[in-house]
Amino acid sequence: MSKTTIRPAVNKPDQQNGATAPAKGRPTLEVIGLKKSFGTVEVLKNVSLSVAKSEMVFVLGRSGSGKSTMLRCCNRLEEPDSGDILLEGEQITGRGVNLDKVRRRIGMVFQSFNLYPHLDARRNVTLALRKVLKQSRDEADTRAAAALARVGLADKAGNYPSQLSGGQQQRVAIARAIALEPAVMLFDEPTSALDPELVGDVLGVMRELKQDGMTMLVVSHEMAFAREAADRVVFMADGHIVEQGPPEDIFTNPQHDSTRAFLSRYSYGQ
Amino acid sequence: MDQLIQQFFNIDIMMRAWPTIMRGLGVTLLICCAVIPLGLAGGLIAALASTARSRWLRWPAVALVDLFRAIPPLVLLIFVYAGLPFTGIQLSPFVAVTVAFLLNNSAYYGEVFRAGLISIGKGQAEAARSTGLTQRQTLVHVILPQAIRNVLPDLISNTVEVVKLTSLASVVSLGELLHAADLARSVTYNASPLTLAAGVYLVLIWPVVRLLSRYQRRISV
Repeated sequence: MSKTTIRPAVNKPDQQNGATAPAKGRPTLEVIGLKKSFGTVEVLKNVSLSVAKSEMVFVLGRSGSGKSTMLRCCNRLEEPDSGDILLEGEQITGRGVNLDKVRRRIGMVFQSFNLYPHLDARRNVTLALRKVLKQSRDEADTRAAAALARVGLADKAGNYPSQLSGGQQQRVAIARAIALEPAVMLFDEPTSALDPELVGDVLGVMRELKQDGMTMLVVSHEMAFAREAADRVVFMADGHIVEQGPPEDIFTNPQHDSTRAFLSRYSYGQ
Repeated sequence: MDQLIQQFFNIDIMMRAWPTIMRGLGVTLLICCAVIPLGLAGGLIAALASTARSRWLRWPAVALVDLFRAIPPLVLLIFVYAGLPFTGIQLSPFVAVTVAFLLNNSAYYGEVFRAGLISIGKGQAEAARSTGLTQRQTLVHVILPQAIRNVLPDLISNTVEVVKLTSLASVVSLGELLHAADLARSVTYNASPLTLAAGVYLVLIWPVVRLLSRYQRRISV
């Protein structure tokens, strides 16, 4: 097992020692020394990562490399065994944290969409606006309409999830998350459950979010999209981050064996 | 044949028993009004406890549900009404019926609700919690509406069973429909009041059963 290769473009988490670090240049999301085991299987072995404001970071790696677990630790759907997670400089791990308050600032998009099937698209978006942000019906409806328009589904507000295609469902799920105006968005294989011809719509929405300055951490196998749109690519293997850097560097000149093996497998037939 | 009509379908007797039967129907409905909402609430609590993450909640809940499903409701009722007085707890017939049926119904409704709860994938709760909804809000607005919809036919069937179950209250001399009919039978030496009571149960339950089959056909298409 060779050592982690860190490229110069990467901001190191240990630059942030002081608690009173200036707000400027402070990463939106910081993961420091994250460890997580399921039973006897160590899934995350000391993972550190930071995502700057408006940055789009892609996490690549084979299934089982720990990337989804790492992502799910970021809003504590998975409870890390140790390590710190900081959102805009604020510690969100540990016991005293109000998780419900933290989670409204972290949007999440799931592989299987997880829309509420008993609610139409509008009410999928407004539920959290009404119950979490305590908005009035009018306020929530207005904001939901804007969010649905942003994902290109202004005319589908009255449709139930079962009446929408997979790509449309995932875009409603994105609208549900961005309506809360989160500081960072987590994408957990957002296109893996989609028919190939529907993937483009979802990636298009993600590209627009990036242009609007959204901070995004994405676990995905969409190599071409990662190469084109990501600011940074992180490669995980066996519970470690083995390599990270600008996509061009990672894709054209991978340093680590497992990255090479992974990329060569994925470049076949493309 | 004449004797059958005389004994079971005697209109005169039925007319005379009518006021008694109607009073019995009132009591039956009163029992239902107490037992059905309480049973639904108890069942929901039992289901939530038996699907809880904490084993200290889960194990006792599962054990109690098993116990009260296994005990025949008649035995339970007799125990509550005639057994508890020996421990100093003397319950009126109505309260005894309510308590016994609450325990019995909560176990049955609990199993129905539990099936509903586990039919909802983990992703629903994860999505809801990821938007900042609390555990309670997630349950009320996301999980329960779907869970109840999934088991609605079972909830209604179970409720029909509860209405029929109320006839057991006659053994503790609570004057519900069957007890009233039996009283009229013993006074008139004629079984026609029982036929009338059966007719009243039919009128009470049949529309629900009919609606239920139509609903089940609609959702299975």
